[in-house]
Amino acid sequence: MNQSDFLKVVLPFKDKVFRLAKRLLVSTEEAEDATQELYFKLWRSKEKIADYKNVEAFAMTMTKNYCYDRLKSKQASNLTLVHSNYKEKETSLDKKVEYQDSVNQVHQLIEDLPENQKIIIQLRDVEQYDFDEICKMVDMKPTAVRVALSRARKTIREALIKKHNYGVS
Amino acid sequence: MELANIEKLVEKYENATTTLQEETTLRNYFTEGNVAPHLQEYAYMFNYFTTTKDETFTKTIKLEPKKSKKSNLKWLSVAASIALLFSVFIGKQIHDNNQRKEAERIYAQVSKGLELLSTNLKKGEQAVATLYTYENKVNNVLK
Repeated sequence: MNQSDFLKVVLPFKDKVFRLAKRLLVSTEEAEDATQELYFKLWRSKEKIADYKNVEAFAMTMTKNYCYDRLKSKQASNLTLVHSNYKEKETSLDKKVEYQDSVNQVHQLIEDLPENQKIIIQLRDVEQYDFDEICKMVDMKPTAVRVALSRARKTIREALIKKHNYGVS
Repeated sequence: MELANIEKLVEKYENATTTLQEETTLRNYFTEGNVAPHLQEYAYMFNYFTTTKDETFTKTIKLEPKKSKKSNLKWLSVAASIALLFSVFIGKQIHDNNQRKEAERIYAQVSKGLELLSTNLKKGEQAVATLYTYENKVNNVLK
């Protein structure tokens, strides 16, 4: 497998890798480093990649494991909490500020979820993988994935309702 | 899409039993605006999901990890060891040279001193010889 073949296989999902890394590591710089590191790893094991049917799922699993390692390692202990700038969708001007606020809240709420729910909601609701793939990526049973996802969705929604009712937003 | 249908889908969505297609339907409904007030929270969620997906990895991916740095380090160490060896060699030579010069200087000094000693001794010998001749003459006279 030469370089151009390799890139053809792995480049399409680089953004997904990056976003998952960012979801777990929070800071953009950390996520960029993680993505870069992951591609080194993939390149080093390029002989094996040719045999994999689903390189993308394999890469996502690697990303997940790598980010866990990073989180555990001392190096990452001084992670800074950097919040990204979201591109705004076109909405009517008067609602924009309030809207943006609530959309950002979702980010914070996902941040507070347990690690596995965070990954699953990222993979499903952001990246839109189907359940079989997610099961492979996170190495969990389908029912467990569904339970985690359902919990994550409910938690986010309930938290949003709570905030709005109390007018905290 | 009618509200009743959306509500049904939302219910399924909460239980994580929706298919990807159904989720796309929900996504379209909630991101287009005109959301029923009691479902507003979902609009935030789906909008967040879609905007997050816009984020991309903008840096270029390098496939050869810092290889140049590593090989540089290797060559640097080789160069350093050669330099060290060379300097030790040169240092030894200079040191030897210095020692030889020092020895020569000491040798010259010592031989000079010995020469002085020997000339003085010769003077003494001569004096002793004249003394002997005196003694002989005195003995002859006294006989």
